[in-house]
Amino acid sequence: MTDLTPEDKYSAKPIRIGEVDPHPDKPAGEFISIVVTNDYVNDEYLKIVVDVPDRALTAKAGQFFHLLCPTPDGAEVWMRRPMSIYRVDSENKRLEFLYKKEGRGTQGMAMLEPGDEFNIVGPLGVGFWLEESWKNIVVLGRGVGLATLAPLSQLAAEHNVGVTAILSARNPEVVMSRDLFEGLGANVIEVVDTDDSSNVDNVEKILEGLIADGKADAFFTCGSNRLLTLMKRLGKTHDVAGQVAMEQNMACGLGACYICMRTFEVDGEKTLRRVCRDGPCFNMQEAVGW
Amino acid sequence: MVDLSVKIGDVTLQNPIMPASGAFSWDYGDVIDLNRLGGLVAKTICREPRLGNPTPRMAETEAGIIQSIGLPGKGIDYFLENIVPEYNKWEPPLIVSVSADTAEDFAAMTRDLSVDGVDVIEVNISCPTKAPSGGNFAMHSEHTKMVMDGIRAATDKPVWAKLSPNAGDIVSIAVAAEEAGADAVVLCNTFLSLKIRTDNFRPALGNKFGGLVSPALKPIVMRMVYQVAQECTIPVIGIGGVTKAEDVVEYMLAGASGVGIGYAGFRNPTALTTIIDDLEEWCDERGIKEISELIGAVRDDDIEWDPLVAASHGV
Repeated sequence: MTDLTPEDKYSAKPIRIGEVDPHPDKPAGEFISIVVTNDYVNDEYLKIVVDVPDRALTAKAGQFFHLLCPTPDGAEVWMRRPMSIYRVDSENKRLEFLYKKEGRGTQGMAMLEPGDEFNIVGPLGVGFWLEESWKNIVVLGRGVGLATLAPLSQLAAEHNVGVTAILSARNPEVVMSRDLFEGLGANVIEVVDTDDSSNVDNVEKILEGLIADGKADAFFTCGSNRLLTLMKRLGKTHDVAGQVAMEQNMACGLGACYICMRTFEVDGEKTLRRVCRDGPCFNMQEAVGW
Repeated sequence: MVDLSVKIGDVTLQNPIMPASGAFSWDYGDVIDLNRLGGLVAKTICREPRLGNPTPRMAETEAGIIQSIGLPGKGIDYFLENIVPEYNKWEPPLIVSVSADTAEDFAAMTRDLSVDGVDVIEVNISCPTKAPSGGNFAMHSEHTKMVMDGIRAATDKPVWAKLSPNAGDIVSIAVAAEEAGADAVVLCNTFLSLKIRTDNFRPALGNKFGGLVSPALKPIVMRMVYQVAQECTIPVIGIGGVTKAEDVVEYMLAGASGVGIGYAGFRNPTALTTIIDDLEEWCDERGIKEISELIGAVRDDDIEWDPLVAASHGV
């Protein structure tokens, strides 16, 4: 008896670059991407860039892919890991993901090298949306949550919507997405723990100022429950609409298994929603947090 | 080319591949062509809306995941009005899974679900994580007989009984279901499991106990399918650890007429349709004309029981 390779153990027919796509009209697919680069961008975060088949490029801001991470330790990594898209590079037919090595999935992901195959499913979920009346939006995120918010810079630029991006991090070296937002003309404000500018009171003052200046038709956030709570409160007081991108452990990623539930409150009634299919981007005022 | 169709009682499936209840919804149509599946199996429906169990609902272990969802759903009225039509947009037969706390309500719900658009009623008399008490009739053969008697009287639709691997003697449970008039038995629901976190000493799942989902289940369920198929005349459907076409062949050799797939579809959404393709190829390569030839075709009637003789044979 010979050992089974993963390909022999698990049946799948992912679409490869250059192959005829059997389901060009379906919203999501299972794809084999090819790693271009996978390197640290600072002390904490890595960025992986992968070549993908065309249909994967239809991903919208706030959507995610479900990643089949290789094993970091020889034992099975049973479930895919959901990860929001950092950047869609349509010109070079590439996707970029920004991540931090935390659990076994991301540890395995960090071991991928240029040329390696990486099985990804997507694009999945409900992304961010912009309403006609919004002329200026405020994006507030922390840590790796800023990776999720980064595609908003592109979306806003396409719709001629002004962006103020408040980027929160532990120290100036690990502020994420600054270049993406600045490159597309956003007004960038960095707040960090090292000089205490990231404390909630200070961020609240900044937000109040933006509301007073008419720069906040909508709020967007990801990655911090404290910042979500703050934006929700200010949004309610000043009648500013908002969206939050949520995360949760997932199995199927498609809406079938009901594992990735979060609590929401709609018209005074609490309910559960699937992060994978009802989100991951939700109406901020309905999110209860985590 | 091989004929992949199988008969489960009066129902003909175009191939033996079905999703397992709970691990599937029409949402998979976002990625694969659902019309290729042998059957469409809906998530278990209960009479009243249910939120399901507290999160976390899943945890990884060395040997697979454990999960405890708790049968969330919007209740039977919503199901009939909205979910049945959603599945009816596709061609394969719809297998509706149902659960109830009492034998009376099981019968009543089966009656209520016996409508056009529903092809088979799978009675989930074995959910291990729905509630600490009630619902899991399949732990005892007399409870199984009682609940199945009521269900059988309530409908003319084909009824498949989903059984529990947690029962002490699965064969006696299956025999009880057959005697009560089940058209098929489905082996099995999940294995009751527990994971305790060593970082905070707490159970890893919000509901404490969960069901193991893993390829590791395959040899255990294979044994159950084999044993049940020896004793029952109604068809058996095997669920547990199918990740490739050879696993389907193996279940059929053990006596299964069809299989349900859960984990593989989580890992690779294209798994189910790929397994159908591979199964066809596997049969064609071997000149098998009808896949139903494989059902119960295990060759075990000439086993050499003398260890001295067996040890002189090749492997």
